[in-house]
Amino acid sequence: MKKDVFKISPCFEDIMPQEYIELVRENTSPFDNNQGVNGLGGGKELIEEHPLCAGCGLALSLRMILASLPNPEDTIVVGSTGCSAIAFPQVALHNIHSLFGNQNAVASGLKRALKLRFPEKTKDIVVIAGDGATADIGLDMVMQSWFREENITTIMLDNEAYANTGGQESGMSQKGAVLNMAPTGKKFSKVSLPEIARESGCAYAGAVNPSNIKRFEKMVQRAILVAREIGPSYLQVFAPCPTNYKLRPNETLIKAKSREKDNTYPVKEYISPTAQEFLNKLEEGKHNG
Amino acid sequence: MSNNLYRVQAGPEGYLPPAAASMGVVLPEKGEAIVEGEITLVDEAMKEIGKKLLTAKNPVFFPGPQILWAWKEGVAERARAIKELAEVVGARIIPMPDYRPKYPMINPAIEINPNHPNLTIWHNKIDVCVFVGVHCHFANVALKIIRGGTDCYTIALCGEAGHEDAMISLRDVDLAVIQKLTAVVAELKEVMVHD
Ligand code: SF4
Repeated sequence: MKKDVFKISPCFEDIMPQEYIELVRENTSPFDNNQGVNGLGGGKELIEEHPLCAGCGLALSLRMILASLPNPEDTIVVGSTGCSAIAFPQVALHNIHSLFGNQNAVASGLKRALKLRFPEKTKDIVVIAGDGATADIGLDMVMQSWFREENITTIMLDNEAYANTGGQESGMSQKGAVLNMAPTGKKFSKVSLPEIARESGCAYAGAVNPSNIKRFEKMVQRAILVAREIGPSYLQVFAPCPTNYKLRPNETLIKAKSREKDNTYPVKEYISPTAQEFLNKLEEGKHNG
Repeated sequence: MSNNLYRVQAGPEGYLPPAAASMGVVLPEKGEAIVEGEITLVDEAMKEIGKKLLTAKNPVFFPGPQILWAWKEGVAERARAIKELAEVVGARIIPMPDYRPKYPMINPAIEINPNHPNLTIWHNKIDVCVFVGVHCHFANVALKIIRGGTDCYTIALCGEAGHEDAMISLRDVDLAVIQKLTAVVAELKEVMVHD
């Protein structure tokens, strides 16, 4: 990180709140050290406080995604309407809030503009949006960005509901799911978006949950690196919602694990041959280096 | 001089104070300033700033990121000049280090945030405040919220084109302007002490 940007005007050091002084002096910037998910809880985080519900799987996943970014200072996150949008103002990296469902169109334009503006730099564009924005309202623009093979990563925070508006069913809710505003239960099945992503041109598509942090980190990084070099990528993150699914806050991870175990939310990974070749090289290099 | 009827004065003006621009208040041209919505000469505005600050019970300066962070050449000098001005006035300084909405985590005793500046004004009972080094769009939001919900008198020292939403605003404020303002305020203070 270019730390020299963060110098306090010397005469104002005495009036700066302590947290800013620590950020500058004590080397606690989240951009330092690149510790990945291992560093979570050990210093400043890219998201430090969040206004979401206690135990929210989406807040946890967001923290883990941000800690996994391979290049945070040159990453721009594009978000959309939903619970996560409330957390984004607390995120210490560039983020853009788009209109509901427009996120992949905004991200496409942004990626193209940045390629022109900074041809010599690596800029990662990562869409992080909920299931409503990705699989329902925004599906058209999400899929069109895959068809066009835009170099962007799409990460869905899948809480299986329109949670922020009080609990309507979404395309990602399971068949039969009963929610506050879906009292008779959902009538059709959960959309299989990883498979749709694979068939629509994504070089990498997967589904994961936050219960295993190393695996989670690896998949976020793979999705971003593949999008950087090869083609569009998609990662679906199961982020249980204690509020709408009436779980206790400490049951979030238990829920994620049990859904993986009973195969109603399995971990998946589809990698195109070109992407696989690229990842093999990268990962071999890491092991040898 | 504009013959606009809307005056930008201390509030409280209600939940949704109009943007001064929408009420016909225009920005000053180069070499001009703005006092309560009226275009004036810079010298007059400086004297008015001096009077407001020196007669205030609790004047406070709010330096923003453009001046708090020494991110480019010349900033540290301007910061020092602002600090000198605040010392001449006898004003406190409360920083606005960034613009993240921190409600309700903000500690209004030690910082101000453009999304809820009223908290800091109320908490510290501030009657006159000076915005300096705050990016224009955030300054505009904060100035309107202050006018809407408090009776604090707002002054904006702007490096760009000035702020219609402040009660007094200078534009193109660089080191020389700050130093001149400090001299005007110091002179006025002398006069007031001897009156
Ligand atoms: S409603 Fe659900 S998804 Fe939204 S913040 Fe609360 S727990 Fe998280």
